Amino acid sequence: MSDRRGPDHRAGKIMTPDEIVGRLESGMTLGIGGWGSRRKPMALVRALLRSGVTDLTLVSYGGPDVGLLVAAGRVRKLITAFTTLDSIPLEPHFRAARERGALELVELDEAMFMQGLTAGAQRLPFLPIRAGLGSDVLRVNPHLRTVTSPYADGEELVAVPALRMDAALVHMNRADRFGNARYLGPDPYFDDLFCEASATAYVSCEQVVGSGRLTGHAAPQSLLISRHTVTGVAETPKGAHFTSCVPDYGRDEPFQKAYADAAADPEAWAAFHARFLSGTERDYHLAVQAWHKEQR
Amino acid sequence: MTRAAGRAVTRAEYCVVACAEAWRDDGEILASPMGTIPSIGARLAKLTFSPDLLLTDGEALLIGDVPALGDASSVTEGWLPYRKHLAMVLGGRRHVMMGASQIDRFGNQNISCIGDWARPRRQLLGVRGAPANTVNNPVSYWIPRHSTRVFVEKVDMISGVGYDSAVAAGPSATRFHDLRRVVSDLGVFDFATPGHAMRAVSVHPGVTLQRVRESTGFALAAVPDGCVPYTREPTDEELRLIREVVDPRGLREREVRA
Repeated sequence: MSDRRGPDHRAGKIMTPDEIVGRLESGMTLGIGGWGSRRKPMALVRALLRSGVTDLTLVSYGGPDVGLLVAAGRVRKLITAFTTLDSIPLEPHFRAARERGALELVELDEAMFMQGLTAGAQRLPFLPIRAGLGSDVLRVNPHLRTVTSPYADGEELVAVPALRMDAALVHMNRADRFGNARYLGPDPYFDDLFCEASATAYVSCEQVVGSGRLTGHAAPQSLLISRHTVTGVAETPKGAHFTSCVPDYGRDEPFQKAYADAAADPEAWAAFHARFLSGTERDYHLAVQAWHKEQR
Repeated sequence: MTRAAGRAVTRAEYCVVACAEAWRDDGEILASPMGTIPSIGARLAKLTFSPDLLLTDGEALLIGDVPALGDASSVTEGWLPYRKHLAMVLGGRRHVMMGASQIDRFGNQNISCIGDWARPRRQLLGVRGAPANTVNNPVSYWIPRHSTRVFVEKVDMISGVGYDSAVAAGPSATRFHDLRRVVSDLGVFDFATPGHAMRAVSVHPGVTLQRVRESTGFALAAVPDGCVPYTREPTDEELRLIREVVDPRGLREREVRA
């Protein structure tokens, strides 16, 4: 199908993962999209590991993104509701850091976290929620306050403070070079909110396509992210590996298990790091391929 | 105990029926089972006495059929990604059955960590959705290994809100708070006592009340006549559905010791 308006000569926002990470600074509050071990921007996380960026406040429905950054000592403070590998209930690096007392943690309920992102996206100081009342979330987060309804009900609810970020990293199935992006799987997670609640946002994707090919035969509501919320776009094929990015690929369960096993032991972790995380993104994927061949 | 299928009812099968009973009379709401036995129970309830229940595929879809555990669904009747699921929690049309690493006499539950939260002896799952679940929609619990390590006097971190904590937090916390039942491998429990302390509703056949007491780290509230009945027998049709339709692979027997 030809575009009646002719070719679009705008330059777009294409960047490499290293260029994206080059825009990040130590001490930033960084949001990471996806959920657990699902559609995490792992290529961008790996680029972050190659950089010197550190002292981060991470905002994430946590998975191996949190684990890798915590293991590398880049995280000063974590704001989350959980940190899981899904098929493995608990992220081992996160567990180890918690049991060492090495991690400043803001532990929220999953819905409180969503409300915080929503407040951040809408430039509100907080949003009320019932969740948290009566639980120890309020005890371990003494900064949390309640708010009383001004209406006749007079209900006292938790005021979840806005989650605002300096930068957000998300991974999508398709994007154009301007930052419009689609998910093709069954769940958008909260990636649009992460972009909207951040001063800058970077989208990695399986494939960059022309704007005219973004929708194709698919419904327009799968266009989750709009370019006005996006600063940079990177094409990173298999860029969510080893988390899932359906329908392009599922989670690499054997590799995730190898990751988790290695993470449970310092010596094994050093070997895992040397083999998979000491080179470029291309080196990573070649090493993963070679590892899979060995497993057969 | 001779059954149509010729085999005695197993402990796991009593547990499945006890879990299914949690969703009786719930009408047209989402059943959110966590764990194998509750998943079989929710499907059994939908196939028998609670046909209007909604079920998910465990990810983002509402399923319109009742496949065997571990099999793919072939009918999708709705879309429930995490953002809609969380909104549904807040809207209350849902009854979740969660696990618990610790639970106390008033139903406070912990899945977050063991020990001091600031530096836990053992990090667990984190609070996840437990705080929102417990003050917004009916909640039940499933404990596959009933012991004094799980049934404790006081939980280390209140993830799911118990009756005393909800009362202390005020009317906004009690408004929709509703802990329905606790099912363990030994029996069924609820909080329908004057002070909302946990009491035994039934013990599974083969279990003594003495054993339940020894496995519980606090004194269970007394029942009026002091007599705790056995958990009801599954019907022949329920046994057929459990064994042939919902769990033909026998996954239930791996979650509960015989």
